[in-house]
Amino acid sequence: MTTAISPAPAIRVDGLHKSFGRTHALDGLDLRVGAGEVHGFLGPNGAGKSTTIRVLLGLLRADGGTARLLGKDPWQDAVELHRRIAYVPGDLTLWRNLSGGEVIDLYGRLRGGLDAGRRAELLERFELDPTKKGRTYSKGNRQKVALVAAFASAPEVELLILDEPTSGLDPLMEEVFQNCVAEERDRGRTVLLSSHVLSEVEALCDRVSIIRGGRTVESGTLAELRHLTRTSVVAELAGPPGGLGDLPGVHGLELRGDRVSFQVETDKLDAVLGALGASGVRSLTSTPPTLEELFLRHYQDDARGAAVAR
Amino acid sequence: MTTVAVPLPAPAARARRLAGTGALLRLALRRDRVLIPAWVLGLGAVVAGTGSSFEALYDTAARRAALAVSMNGNGSMRALYGPVYGDSVGGLVAWRMAGFGAVLAAVMSLLIVVRHTREEEETGRQELLCAGAVGRRAPLTAALLTALLADAALAVVIAGSLAGSGRPAAGSLALGLGIGAAGLLFAALAAVAAQLTESARLAKGLTGAVLGLAFALRAAGDAGTDNSSPLTWLSPLGWSQHLRAYAGERWWPLALFAVATALVACAAYALTARRDLGMSFLPARPGPARAPRSLSGPLGLAWRLQRTTLAGWTLGFVCAGGIFGGLAKGAADLVGGNARTREVVARMGGQQDLTDAFLATMAGLLGLVAALFAVGAVLRLHGEETAGRAEPVLAGAVGRLRWAAGHLALAFGGSAVILAFGGLALSVSYGASAGDPLGRTGPVLAAALAQAPAVWTLTGLAVLVLGLLPRAAPAVWALVGGCLALGWVGPSLDLPRWAMDLSPYSHLPKLPGTDATAAPFLWLLALSALFTAAGLVGLRRRDLC
Repeated sequence: MTTAISPAPAIRVDGLHKSFGRTHALDGLDLRVGAGEVHGFLGPNGAGKSTTIRVLLGLLRADGGTARLLGKDPWQDAVELHRRIAYVPGDLTLWRNLSGGEVIDLYGRLRGGLDAGRRAELLERFELDPTKKGRTYSKGNRQKVALVAAFASAPEVELLILDEPTSGLDPLMEEVFQNCVAEERDRGRTVLLSSHVLSEVEALCDRVSIIRGGRTVESGTLAELRHLTRTSVVAELAGPPGGLGDLPGVHGLELRGDRVSFQVETDKLDAVLGALGASGVRSLTSTPPTLEELFLRHYQDDARGAAVAR
Repeated sequence: MTTVAVPLPAPAARARRLAGTGALLRLALRRDRVLIPAWVLGLGAVVAGTGSSFEALYDTAARRAALAVSMNGNGSMRALYGPVYGDSVGGLVAWRMAGFGAVLAAVMSLLIVVRHTREEEETGRQELLCAGAVGRRAPLTAALLTALLADAALAVVIAGSLAGSGRPAAGSLALGLGIGAAGLLFAALAAVAAQLTESARLAKGLTGAVLGLAFALRAAGDAGTDNSSPLTWLSPLGWSQHLRAYAGERWWPLALFAVATALVACAAYALTARRDLGMSFLPARPGPARAPRSLSGPLGLAWRLQRTTLAGWTLGFVCAGGIFGGLAKGAADLVGGNARTREVVARMGGQQDLTDAFLATMAGLLGLVAALFAVGAVLRLHGEETAGRAEPVLAGAVGRLRWAAGHLALAFGGSAVILAFGGLALSVSYGASAGDPLGRTGPVLAAALAQAPAVWTLTGLAVLVLGLLPRAAPAVWALVGGCLALGWVGPSLDLPRWAMDLSPYSHLPKLPGTDATAAPFLWLLALSALFTAAGLVGLRRRDLC
């Protein structure tokens, strides 16, 4: 589908199917996550992200297709695999009478241990009081409990699976989270990050998969995906824009005085710049497509039920 | 939000505090559209069945009179059911059902009220509701009205079915009202408990403990051979009997119910006005920053989650055993030589010495109730799963079986522990009243522990349903309720053998005092192991909810 990946991917999913009654939650989903990469896992609500993650964790059994995690089967080898995986759910429910510190230790011990120094450091960075009881934590603080437990896990953990991990976090904590993920990557851990916070994905992820209706519709590096979309250009010209509007790949051309604005398909940029140069450029702003635009294109396609433009 | 000032109420302000009650009431009735009819019709059917059964079993006035005399002369039977006030068929139904029906109505009502108050707050559902145009008193009022409707329906169904089958109307009404009124009083008590505690589980436990105390007070009051001691007036369950349905009805105990219910409900409203949503009067204390060594795996977690429950049940069983043991000696007061009474007692307790028969009946009662603990412990797994707390645990290096093992150990081991403590208290308390504290310890303890295979059969059934049909897990309670009903009222109803045999308890020998063979125990143990194993296989194979 896309670029070559390192020979032993951390996650390799092919043609995954899962139905709940008549609902086809997963309909032939593919996913490749290379070892050591931070992989963004995107898709509208109900696209099948959490279902995929629950299959990867061995909580659901796939109806069809194959899934391999760190070279093993997520259903058969669940216990063995889970020593090497840390998971952060999107909405953690805590036991009302256990303190946050107890839950962090418990989750760590269930995997095979915590790094005590890292735990203390993370508690401080996330400004989390570990003595409060489960029922008294707010949504954001519950999320911090899960994050501290995951980031402080012992060195055996190779893969972090984060399912909308920052829901409810304030912007300061969001920054702490991003720093932590960057540190995890530096340690060589692989991260699968499902998120709706696109700035977070853009800042952290090496590669991205976008899924929709239980299928993968885009996968690749951000640069590759950008290539598939349009760049916005605003320019002040010395002369008339000539045949700019007739060039292939130019859309939404607007002329106001000597100011011209349009979008251009990114792989047609070269010819357009040539045409602009011929008219004499006084100033030029070009904005690369944001992930948001990329994403919205797929969401809107989804809403229209149209086939994906490739 | 802090404490709410409670001055003023102009009529408009008063109305505002109840705003939205109608909508909440409709929501509650919609949610309970199966639960309430099932309880009301089920309980109504048991009462009606008791009537027709007594009519067939004791078909002449002489037989009924003989039964009444012998039952009134038997302290232990009086402790269990209360005195017989009238020897008509209706009088016998009232004797058997006034107290028992009141207990069941109380359980129904407390479940309804806690479900629509504390449970809604605990899950956070009430927060969104109360953000609408909903008055501060509306949720509590809607919950109490739901219980009121259920109890009123219960009273109507009981009175109607008995009167419809030829019993006198006044007595039928008295019995129905006595049962319904007891239910409503416990609805109000549950409303207070829901304000005091922060968890629905604790609120139910607290109200259940009050219900247990009410039963113990009435039992102790009725155990004497003189008609009834003042102790029975301290228990609402006693009031239901003091209405004397079919035996020259006395209506004024209904006023006791009305006053007590009003006072308790006022207390609940006063408490609810003085606290914040989701909070209780027991302040949350900080916990440890690090987990203790014991909390390192699924076993430690299950122990941590259930140890308080187990301690509460153990205490309850010790108290119950102690009270029942103290009553056992009264069994010897039986008017001798009455064949009918012997027959009824023997059906419950066995063919042996009547003191042993009483002890066997009490051990059987402990066995029935222990199933509630064991099944509750198994269904904690279902609660963990549906609340989403199982997912992060199973995402650790924890297999499904190890995750289940902790709670199952609590269910199987814990039920044996509470039976042992109950049996020990029963034997020591009986021994103390007979002047030889340790004289019957061995046989009575064995009798209590002999209940375990039947308890475990129901426990295994709960595992089976959890593993294969997780959505039907709450229905296990109905099976347990059916076994309880068979064990408690079945023996006096002369049900056919096959019906009684549906309950695993029917297959146990009546210990102490009879010879026991190993066969029924082995069968029940094998069945329990089979159910458990099949359930665990299902649990390993299925998707997590």
